[in-house]
Amino acid sequence: MPLVVEGKRVDGRGLEELRPIKIESGILENADGSAYVEQGRTKILAAVYGPKELHPRHLADPQKALLRCRYHMAPFSTEERRSPAPSRRDIELSKVIRNALEPAIFLEEYPRSTIDLFIEVLQSDGGTRCTGIVAASVALADAGIPMRDLVSACAAGKVDGFIVLDLCYVEDQEGEADMPVAYMPKLGQITLLQMDGLMTREEFDRALNLAIKGCEQIYEVQREALKKRYEAIERLVGGEGT
Amino acid sequence: MISTRRHQVMAKIKKNRILNTLSKGKRLDGRDLDEYREIKFKVDVIERAEGSAEVLIGATRVLTGVKIEVGKPYPDVPDKGVLIVNAELVPLASPTFEPGPPDENAIELARVVDRALRSAEVVDLGKLCLIPGEKVLLLYVDVYVLNHAGNLIDASALSALLALMTAKVPVYEVSEAGVEKTEEYKPLEILNKPITVTMAKIGNAIVVDPSLDEEEVMDARLTISVDSQGRICAVQKGGSGYFTPEEVEKCVDVAFQKVEEIRSKVVEKVGEA
Repeated sequence: MPLVVEGKRVDGRGLEELRPIKIESGILENADGSAYVEQGRTKILAAVYGPKELHPRHLADPQKALLRCRYHMAPFSTEERRSPAPSRRDIELSKVIRNALEPAIFLEEYPRSTIDLFIEVLQSDGGTRCTGIVAASVALADAGIPMRDLVSACAAGKVDGFIVLDLCYVEDQEGEADMPVAYMPKLGQITLLQMDGLMTREEFDRALNLAIKGCEQIYEVQREALKKRYEAIERLVGGEGT
Repeated sequence: MISTRRHQVMAKIKKNRILNTLSKGKRLDGRDLDEYREIKFKVDVIERAEGSAEVLIGATRVLTGVKIEVGKPYPDVPDKGVLIVNAELVPLASPTFEPGPPDENAIELARVVDRALRSAEVVDLGKLCLIPGEKVLLLYVDVYVLNHAGNLIDASALSALLALMTAKVPVYEVSEAGVEKTEEYKPLEILNKPITVTMAKIGNAIVVDPSLDEEEVMDARLTISVDSQGRICAVQKGGSGYFTPEEVEKCVDVAFQKVEEIRSKVVEKVGEA
């Protein structure tokens, strides 16, 4: 089955077009910060608890806070039900997502404490680690944790010989390559970079540039979501004359 | 607590020394920034395994054994064999390794090795089918870290590839009664040979094949695998730092050079001796 026909992809998008993306911030009552992101059919919730005291204490770092991250897929998030126990994939992704967010956070502001981050994939249609990072970074900002920049994330890859942006599940499975990238647009820093599949050097460069462009677009949506959240808080506390 | 604090002070002193040496274009162990430690290898070291290889990069030592068994295929690919890569950070390899189920480091290691082998289609899994939907060959690649002195990824990836290259597949007789193992073996056909190169970013410097000291102080690492036809087949960034797009480009350049070096010095020598 061809995945690209006359420049259009399986879901009707152009080659360098993102899926429709919607971000809401501050939607979980109990969490210190939270965000919900829909990107195409991918739906993800992220919540932040902390900075808070770390147990067990011997894990504490006297120089900085520990960031703990759990990426998890709901049993009903995929075509076939998946076991709720963390898979090897979940464990690897939790690690690379943590590594993608650490450079953004001023962890040294909170020595000996922990920041706990939970990412729940409610529905998966590809690109969940990137969408998870997008949600997590909005949730961290919503929790008021000082950050150097928001981390944005987006994949690029190769499908039917074309370099495309933001692969959905079928494109990831049937395509030739998938490359998730996390990026801090204001600082120009890449904090996550993975790839599987096959690409030439030239295709790799094009895909990396395209992914960065995707991150820059998503970054604007992340900022809008946070702005909306702050405006709502402002209305709530009756901040007039600002 | 005292020991953590001492450890942190030591780490800081070590980092300063490493950064100082790097600013003069050298490394603590005297290597150039783009120089690997000596790579040594031995194949067929475990007779019980269908394939095996031990790789040393400096003092880092990894043994990989390939076991081949008959089992059930995955329901979504009933006519294909199965490739399973696992990595064990064996406690005897380092004071920091604990017994128990694989932790996130072991899982990441196995998955990075797996990604390069799978993306490059090193083995044609379609040829490992005996009875579609019922019996296929399972290829277990078990990576066993025996001494951790830095850069486990490259040593593991190389030993996994060499173990597969020297693996012999038992010949099975398929009849109505089922499958039966014969006394015969045939070599496992290898279609592609991906090679993996890891670089560490320390301050502003990029060094290839980081030692354990360098890994302890590095900001981030980047692993790039390149296949026999010069295509990139796996990438993994690790560590809590970042890379600029320019640094990524530089790493890709270095990786392509080093891959050719390892290919001519090591991989093409297998089976020659």
